[in-house]
Amino acid sequence: MTLIDTRTPNPDYFIAGATGDWEMVIGLEIHAQVSSQSKLFSPSSTEFGQPPNSNVSFVDAAMPGMLPVINEECVRQAIRTGLGLKAQINKRSLFDRKNYFYPDLPQGYQISQFKDPIVGEGEVHLDMGEKIGTVTIGIERLHLEQDAGKSIHDQHPNMSFVDLNRSGVALMEIVSKPDIRSSAEARAYITKLRTIMRYLGTCDGNMEQGSLRADINVSVRKPGGEFGTRCEIKNVNSLRFAGQAIEYEARRQIDVLEDGGEIAQQTRLYDPKSGKTRSMRSKEEAHDYRYFPDPDLLPLEFDQALIDELAADLPELPDEKQARLVAEYGITVYDASVLIADRKSADFYENVAKSGDKKRDGKLSANWVINDLSGRLAKEGLDIASSPVSAEQLGGIIDLISGGEISGKIAKDLFEIVWSEGGNPAELVESRGMKQVSDTGAIEKIVGEIIAANPDQVAKVKDKPSMVGWFVGQVMKASQGKANPQAVNKILRDKLGL
Amino acid sequence: MTDLTKLSLKETRDGLRAKQFSSVEVTSAYLGAIDGANQSLNAYICVEGEGAKKQAQISDEKLASGNGGALEGVPLGIKDLFATRGVHTQAASHILDGFLPEYESTVTSNLWDDGAVMLGKLNMDEFAMGSSNETSYFGPVVNPWRADGSSQNLVPGGSSGGSASAVSAWLCAGATATDTGGSIRQPAAFCGIVGIKPTYGRCSRWGVVAFASSLDQAGPLTRTVEDNAIMLTSMAGFDKKDSTSADLAVPDFAAAVERGVKGLTIGIPKEYRLDGMPDEIETLWQQGIAWLKEEGATVKDISLPHTKYALPAYYIVAPAEASSNLARYDGVKYGLRVAGKSIDEMYALTRAAGFGREVQRRVMIGTYVLSAGYYDAYYVRAQKVRTLIKQDFEKVFASGIDAILTPATPSAAFGIGDKEMAADPVKMYLNDIFTVTVNMAGLPGIAVPAGMDKQGLPLALQLIGKPFDEETLFAAGRVIERSADLDLTPKSWWRK
Repeated sequence: MTLIDTRTPNPDYFIAGATGDWEMVIGLEIHAQVSSQSKLFSPSSTEFGQPPNSNVSFVDAAMPGMLPVINEECVRQAIRTGLGLKAQINKRSLFDRKNYFYPDLPQGYQISQFKDPIVGEGEVHLDMGEKIGTVTIGIERLHLEQDAGKSIHDQHPNMSFVDLNRSGVALMEIVSKPDIRSSAEARAYITKLRTIMRYLGTCDGNMEQGSLRADINVSVRKPGGEFGTRCEIKNVNSLRFAGQAIEYEARRQIDVLEDGGEIAQQTRLYDPKSGKTRSMRSKEEAHDYRYFPDPDLLPLEFDQALIDELAADLPELPDEKQARLVAEYGITVYDASVLIADRKSADFYENVAKSGDKKRDGKLSANWVINDLSGRLAKEGLDIASSPVSAEQLGGIIDLISGGEISGKIAKDLFEIVWSEGGNPAELVESRGMKQVSDTGAIEKIVGEIIAANPDQVAKVKDKPSMVGWFVGQVMKASQGKANPQAVNKILRDKLGL
Repeated sequence: MTDLTKLSLKETRDGLRAKQFSSVEVTSAYLGAIDGANQSLNAYICVEGEGAKKQAQISDEKLASGNGGALEGVPLGIKDLFATRGVHTQAASHILDGFLPEYESTVTSNLWDDGAVMLGKLNMDEFAMGSSNETSYFGPVVNPWRADGSSQNLVPGGSSGGSASAVSAWLCAGATATDTGGSIRQPAAFCGIVGIKPTYGRCSRWGVVAFASSLDQAGPLTRTVEDNAIMLTSMAGFDKKDSTSADLAVPDFAAAVERGVKGLTIGIPKEYRLDGMPDEIETLWQQGIAWLKEEGATVKDISLPHTKYALPAYYIVAPAEASSNLARYDGVKYGLRVAGKSIDEMYALTRAAGFGREVQRRVMIGTYVLSAGYYDAYYVRAQKVRTLIKQDFEKVFASGIDAILTPATPSAAFGIGDKEMAADPVKMYLNDIFTVTVNMAGLPGIAVPAGMDKQGLPLALQLIGKPFDEETLFAAGRVIERSADLDLTPKSWWRK
């Protein structure tokens, strides 16, 4: 593969060294477990968390004479993912054998795609905030392959155990181009891929269950210079570790280079306990995998009709949804990007911002979903799908705010009541007397009482008009928060002659 | 009563249907014959006496009620390469010690579904690698044939040597075999019986221990062409568990046997005339041509220009696939394990002890040709050669040739422990010179006994057909068989 530098060096990303600034170059290989009922080449279940060796067929255990048969659903999932990455779909691809010995690899080879993958070049867009803007990361390829089983070394003093439940489960290996320039971009890239695959339903993206793992290639160079020698950090299984591993590795490489050393091409492992990467094997020790086309499988071929059919069924993807939310509801790009990070949040938001033909204040709705609701959910460790306040209820609260029937302050109280007790917001406001008082007569009465009771403050406010806030507070308190704040302000200013 | 083991498969089937004898009787007759012969011939690795009698009883009940299948009650031998549930399945290798599959290969399932009875598992070259059946962990198989006046033991050919020896010595009515480079046809030729390697994809490979996946194909070994057609009809068929299996209906092959060759055009490839080939092989070939002409076939000289590259290319492709296919025998999951201080040492010790020399040689050749830096020079070039060989055949068939006639082997059976072959593996590999092209092109090929050499040993001719046109091979093979009209009865020197 010819490496082409698609990026302009950005000083915000530079790392200061003793000899000047340095820049990281990062490429990622993401292993994403395909969401499917059964394995890539066998009918065994893929269900997570089953007793060891319970999801194992004769094929998965590599019994003599067993043969792989492609699971067509996994092929469809790979095509869907390719379409989600705006990538070239290859109507003819090949399965190859990657040969190596390991106890949790029963066949002695992994069936993968080497020369002719099912998906070719594509791209992913990252929102890196206002300063950096949108960044495009190239996708080199996506291919299907089998996962290995699991070796367990801590159950016996001098033996290892092997669990083949994962053996043969379908993975998509998604290889980026070396277009990533910071650990923040790397994390954003993994997050975005995960979001896209979750929208598509092609990978659940659960990193803690191993459904999404990253091999990270890191090199450093003088900004805009020649690409340096890279090291590959294997099998990173959390976003946080990915960021830490990249930062550590880049610094390590800079130190080596600035000490006059050279970077040896290596495979390294990240140890979260020490926060360091360490060498696993050198280029010289690298396996010779002896790839060759798997003679048990025919070339994987399908026609354009299948691609078209899958494309027609594709859900709205994150980028499109973001653009539409901005256009349709007038919210900021940032708010939209927060909402679309999780398809369920975006759906919830739309159900709040729009009810049938009725449209609510998009910005106000976004604030409530992003800040109040999400904050409260995070506090309780809840998913938006299990939110105690439904989109309809939150919409009702927003209707009451927009209609001037409750203040923002009361709205927060009302939200708490709905959260813990449930109920129809409008009825709750009515029954609990939470309605905002906009009746000027009633407000004037309270204002009059407050002015009469605080002559000293009245004297001060003449010199310092900003003190009017104190009066507003007193009036609101006296009205138990129900007074319309705009009306209070206006009446106070009139009466105080400000 | 006649010796039931001397009947053809068809006669056995028909006699059972006509209730002239029972399956228990014929099965017992074969078990008795095996008992009397196996010590000398070493054809069976495992005899399933009790199981066979039980199966025979069930068959007799079905026959009595008129519900018999196509092979109901017919006793067969099964090459050790086929997985048979709960029964010895080791590919004649030490490394699969104690392995008993919990599944049944598709081919044997098909045979049992048609009512056949399993007598036991047949010896073979280890992992089907060999042309003399001398690489078996269970010792060499002996050919029932001996040169006139000689008591020297001869090889039965390989790798399906146990199958060929058992069929030839009346130790089963027919046997399953497999052919990766000639492993059905060469033993058939050496033992004076009939063997077809069907078109790649005709028989399912599911449950057959893999040697070289793109070349392996199962087929029957029988004493007559008609028996062969009957048995293949039961073995063949589409199997969705084998991605390379052909989704085609299986014809009644036996119906084609007496079709004759009138109107057929038979090609004679000049590249199969080798320097130093014995005169009697050339004579046999000419005789075959004459018979086919007499029966109304047109004979045409043809050229298959890439033939000479087939054997070298085969000895790259087959070991390459084998080196990967045999990686699963690592001591971790089943079979032999030789303990070591580390996992790597355990692998090395297990595979060193578990694989014989020929298997090790091919694993090493295969590993080498797939290695970084050599892959393009060997594997990729061999695949290109394979394409050219295939195109040679396609061109010839497109020009109106219906089948091709060649010798089956460059010689008759040779002695066990032949020093020249032992010293030079390539000499052994040359046994497959006429047969490997067929595997490389995925075509069907049949070996039919056609004559005897000066020493009274059987010689065979090979017919090569178009893809999935086994019927023409059976028809033309039957013409050779009928014209040759040989007495293919080895002297029963092996009987106790």
